[in-house]
Amino acid sequence: MKVPVVTEILKANDQVATENRELFRGAGVGVVNVMASPGAGKTSLILGTLARLSDGIEPAVIEGDIASSIDADRIAEEGVPVVQINTGGNCHLDAPMVRAAMSHLDLTEVNLLFIENVGNLICPSNYRLGEDLKLVIGSVPEGHDKPFKYPGIFAGADVVVLNKDDLADVFEFDHAEYERGIRMVNPDVEIFRTSCRTGAGLDSWTAWLEKRLAALGTGVGAA
Amino acid sequence: MHELPATKGILDVALEAAARAGSPPILAIDIVVGELTSIVDDSVQFYFDMLSRDTLAAGARLRFRREPALGRCDECRHAFEVRPPLTRSCPGCGALGLSVTGGQEFYVESIEVADEGARGNGDPEGERPGSD
Repeated sequence: MKVPVVTEILKANDQVATENRELFRGAGVGVVNVMASPGAGKTSLILGTLARLSDGIEPAVIEGDIASSIDADRIAEEGVPVVQINTGGNCHLDAPMVRAAMSHLDLTEVNLLFIENVGNLICPSNYRLGEDLKLVIGSVPEGHDKPFKYPGIFAGADVVVLNKDDLADVFEFDHAEYERGIRMVNPDVEIFRTSCRTGAGLDSWTAWLEKRLAALGTGVGAA
Repeated sequence: MHELPATKGILDVALEAAARAGSPPILAIDIVVGELTSIVDDSVQFYFDMLSRDTLAAGARLRFRREPALGRCDECRHAFEVRPPLTRSCPGCGALGLSVTGGQEFYVESIEVADEGARGNGDPEGERPGSD
């Protein structure tokens, strides 16, 4: 006998994600879920963004890693509150992990939170955390074919940053091809090109981020 | 390895549905998986067999229906099924402008449970090895 069900398999995660989002909203915190493959420059882009934030923006970072606190240490050196989540081999962060990490942050002192996901282009895309924006970072050495091979993560992105763009000539990177692959699954997504090494593109990316989070009604820009 | 938590989700959804139906043993679970979600069927069944031991779903078969994403050519409007890696040009006319939608499904569509008469014998299909 068949019993119809039609229930999302990740609904338990989604429910916690929705609660997280309400908690963040209540505290006036704008949240960015940062996803990319290992080595694309997640931590570097976060650091580059932190250095360019307008006055009045109080950032914090949740660092997800399989093990180690190398990235969290880099953030802490900048004097920014940071919480490390070690997933113990798990390939992505989920909403309950973020909930647990939240209790280590004073959200009343913060209005912008970056959550650096585990380096991976597959698994993180399926798990909402309670974020306002999903940021996917690509990087030039990965090649311009990545949107064609990993369409799922690009389809869900609110914004894509192509990092290490100073290397585009070396890698014969085809920007048109890359952006075409992204727009195939996500026609209106914002795409930026940056180099965390030279700083190129970071000003316009940071300005866009602040404007977008303010427009979404988060605490960013509200003061 | 995100199949493990995903499998836990499948088991939880199926057990909840069975509880609502009066807690019959679960024989099979029908799952819809979009082609852009990167879920691997074999891994899920492997984890499921471990996780479902000592539950109503022990021994249940997972039946996957894979839903392709839908591609459409911006030029000739040709529509076609899409699986990763994405095609770079329209299979109809060769144009480069394509739109891809869907392929993100991941839900339990239905469960198959033992009919009332068969409940409780743990062998609802009558195919117990060595029983003949």
